[in-house]
Amino acid sequence: MSFYGIVDGSESSLKRFLAQLPGVDQVGAEARAAMLATRSIKTTSKRWAIDTAISMVDLTTLEGADTAGKVRALCSKAVRPDPSDTTVPSVGAICVYNDMVAIARTHLDAIGGKHVPVAAVSTAFPSGRASMEVKIQDTQDAIDAGAGEIDMVIDRGAFLSGQYGLVFDEIVKIREVCGERAHLKVIFETGELVTYDNVRKASYLAMLAGADFIKTSTGKVAPAATPPVVLVMLEAVRDFYQMTERRIGVKPAGGIRNTKDAIKQLVLVNETAGPEWLTPEFFRIGASALLNDLLMQRMKMDDGYYASPNYVTID
Amino acid sequence: MTFEYAPAPESRSIVDIKPKYGHFIDGKFVPGKKHFATINPATEEVLSQISLGGQSDVDKAVQAAQKAYTKTWSKLSGKERGKYLYRIARILQERAREFAVLETLDNGKPIRETRDIDIPLVAAHFFYHAGWADKLDYAGLGKSPQPHGVAGQIIPWNFPLLMLAWKVAPALATGNTVVLKPAETTSLTALLFAQVCQQAELPDGVVNIVTGDGSTGAAIVNHPGIHKIAFTGSTDVGKKIARAIAGTSKKATLELGGKGANIVFDDAPLDETVEGIVNGIFFNQGHVCCAGSRLILQEGIADELIEKLKVRMAKIRVGDPLDKNTDLGAINSKEQLLKIQELASAGDAEGAQRWSPACTLSAKGFWFAPTIFTGVTQAHRIAREEIFGPVLSILTFRTPQEAIEKANNTPFGLSAGVWSEKGSRILWATQQLRAGVVWANTFNKFDPTSPFGGYKESGWGREGGKHGLAAYLKEGK
Amino acid sequence: MASSKKAISKVTPRLEVKKTYKLYINGAFPRSESGRVYEVSNTKGGFIANPTLASRKDLRDAVVAARAAQSGWAKATAYNRGQILYRIAEMLEGRADQFASEISLASGVTLRKAQDEVATAIDRWVWYAGWSDKLSAAFGATNPVAGPYYNFTIPEPQGVIAVAPAENFLAFIDSIAPAIVSGNTVIALVPGSAAVAAMTFAEVLATSDLPAGVINILTGLHDELAPWAASHMDIDGFDISGIDKKKRTDLKVAGAENLKRFHHFDGAISPTRIYAFMEAKTVWHPIGV
Repeated sequence: MSFYGIVDGSESSLKRFLAQLPGVDQVGAEARAAMLATRSIKTTSKRWAIDTAISMVDLTTLEGADTAGKVRALCSKAVRPDPSDTTVPSVGAICVYNDMVAIARTHLDAIGGKHVPVAAVSTAFPSGRASMEVKIQDTQDAIDAGAGEIDMVIDRGAFLSGQYGLVFDEIVKIREVCGERAHLKVIFETGELVTYDNVRKASYLAMLAGADFIKTSTGKVAPAATPPVVLVMLEAVRDFYQMTERRIGVKPAGGIRNTKDAIKQLVLVNETAGPEWLTPEFFRIGASALLNDLLMQRMKMDDGYYASPNYVTID
Repeated sequence: MTFEYAPAPESRSIVDIKPKYGHFIDGKFVPGKKHFATINPATEEVLSQISLGGQSDVDKAVQAAQKAYTKTWSKLSGKERGKYLYRIARILQERAREFAVLETLDNGKPIRETRDIDIPLVAAHFFYHAGWADKLDYAGLGKSPQPHGVAGQIIPWNFPLLMLAWKVAPALATGNTVVLKPAETTSLTALLFAQVCQQAELPDGVVNIVTGDGSTGAAIVNHPGIHKIAFTGSTDVGKKIARAIAGTSKKATLELGGKGANIVFDDAPLDETVEGIVNGIFFNQGHVCCAGSRLILQEGIADELIEKLKVRMAKIRVGDPLDKNTDLGAINSKEQLLKIQELASAGDAEGAQRWSPACTLSAKGFWFAPTIFTGVTQAHRIAREEIFGPVLSILTFRTPQEAIEKANNTPFGLSAGVWSEKGSRILWATQQLRAGVVWANTFNKFDPTSPFGGYKESGWGREGGKHGLAAYLKEGK
Repeated sequence: MASSKKAISKVTPRLEVKKTYKLYINGAFPRSESGRVYEVSNTKGGFIANPTLASRKDLRDAVVAARAAQSGWAKATAYNRGQILYRIAEMLEGRADQFASEISLASGVTLRKAQDEVATAIDRWVWYAGWSDKLSAAFGATNPVAGPYYNFTIPEPQGVIAVAPAENFLAFIDSIAPAIVSGNTVIALVPGSAAVAAMTFAEVLATSDLPAGVINILTGLHDELAPWAASHMDIDGFDISGIDKKKRTDLKVAGAENLKRFHHFDGAISPTRIYAFMEAKTVWHPIGV
């Protein structure tokens, strides 16, 4: 087998490839991310950034306490984030657990939200500690229930013990299950990978194995989508595009709670991967609370005074 | 659909520029006789009229400094001197934004740099040296080291207030008094600093500021009442000063030019290396004596790295220095722009290949696009002469020894950079490089605790840290 | 030279074998390319020796030798440099009588005074030898910068240093020992009668472990050689302690062309005499995982 003509999928070819990737200097990467965080996005560009960010939100609920009612409410919000303002775009997707996929899909279709995909977290999310059979079945269930996107987790234990072939094979197998029916996002749980070198290696493993998106975190582990982690992943997709002409998306998830954080992410995209990535097709933000802050900031820009949470819906 | 950043200008209402300034002598502003205009190099707008200091102004300033030295400053305990410096550090922090905006207006450098780098470092420099004032016995210069007396200090236009801090803070901490001349094109923050001295109630005459041009500086250098010269500027002027004081007992520290080599090995962390290269040569429009102006790349990665560099350079935002998103501001003066243009043309004429990203430069003001030259050899003028602008010369090497030979093949010896993920190679290279500051896997970092200064024709002495104090003290017994 | 008059008068007809005074460059004893010598006589005008009157071309050759030797000498471990300096002291000690008698003869000081001078010179070598591996402790630092960087400052030798000591043996030793202990190489411009003991000292060096070219000795006139040393672009520093005050200005003016480091010292021993011909190098490196 050949993956982009770069590796054959064997442990040794993966090790060889990953070993020749340039290292990431922690201090340098963090300094670059910090510098980009000083970008000041005002007026028209801020308005554009808020709407773009809304369209990129993977509106998420991943609670043990999730119910059909909660998921339906979230779907309504996803389609029309601000019921009083139809110019607000729909979000990028709804992100739920496996068993909520059918409920979400049905409700979205019923309220005019056919264009909003349902993403399912999969492969024994968030820990990934299950047999391959279970992971495959988990994924298959979600797709059968109408998931258009699969957010799988990698086996961090395997990765940290250097079993890159194992990590790779799992992604390849899930990719096969997804086929043409679902987009595949691969979650690294960067807070557990710890180093930027690992984030870079995981990015290439996932991209070579067939990921459509690479995603930072489950949202269950901190730190999650820190700017330097996203920076390193954006560098990876940029360089992978140079190598293969295939554009892979990036999804930071976890810890992005307000408009300022979201705009920092968009600046990172703009100045690292480039403007081609500034679309929901290639950049998503996994979040729950973020959407309301984006809406409040949008109101402030329209009305000229600061908004109150009483005017945005809580779902 | 692109993400255009709307203009985000820092407000200039925070600064109050007077139409005309005098000198600051003996604690008071005294009117000058002749004046010259200081302009905003980004717009050519005249900001103010600055006094052209002559011999009599320098005489008065030196007299004031001498009087302050004998009557007050040398009689003060180190502890009390230190408290004045702490006061100054705090006032600088309080008024940091005002200084940042004023510096950007007068110098042309981006507000992001004055706000995040220049002014914070200025305050840090005073804070650091404040603590030394009553601890000089522990500086390794023997018991009770003594100040020289009056220090004559001449500073450049590239980091106006930061260079003032590098000079004034150690001089005052060690018990010297000061006659300082800011650069002709960038006097305004020094004059605002005079106000800070007043707010701090610094005794009259401890800091005196005489504005002017080269002739004013020469009057300071040649003044018999000056005991110590501290100069930052060009190597040519540094040599002139060395000649001028040859027959005197004046001490001197000289912080002069450079042609810093930035060596990249094939195992470097490439993305951070690209950032380091950009920071090395485009920080402060390349108006940096320690700029990494010669990039020396291992051949195996040269093409890939240059491609990455070009992609990164296309993201450099050139424009209004007061815009918070500007990365590269204005060239400080027309004279400097002409010099950069002349050397870049020499690069073209000598067959190097010039590249700049597409960027629109304002018709008003002085601008030069970020530029790289590939195909440069050691024989090119652009590989030997200090351009002092946003122009990078790129050379290649095959073996580590060759990299070091090329890096050291210059009369300068101020700074160098080395990029590699291999620890032993980093240490080997830093050992081989003949430069006063070696940045390994980073570039253009500064700190008051970190000595700075050059080998060979890059100058005499160090500034910062314990080493910097030595320049302002005589050995104790 | 080695024997005193007393010895000659006692020993009957054997004719003393006298030494030919040459220069000491790159570990060898060449004659001056100029072919010139000058006469050193005792206080009563009696002939003692014909040291070589070195020329600017000899200086040029000495600089080439010193430059070639410098990086190797600086690369030797501090422990090794210290032992080599200490070995010089050992060898001087063994020939202390010879040096004392030569100094006394050539300079006219009493033998007792000359013996003191030699003893002091030997102790100076011991003192400076011990500094080789302590310079980083005295003149280096680790600097607590405000950021995730390891930052340290180390002293390094400047390179090639010219020294022009006053016309006596101790001044000569005091100019070369602190210059070389850090890893510099030296061209010593030894004036007048000091040439006699200096060239015997060259014999000590030639049989010591000091690498060729680390110390090069030119005898002759400061007035002739110092201006060429001052303007030489491949000399990094110049100890002008033995140059007349009035004549220092012109040297400094000439040396400004390559910003040569000029220093002069009184006779006291001091580590600042070592550090004067060193440069502080500061290194930054990020700290991260």
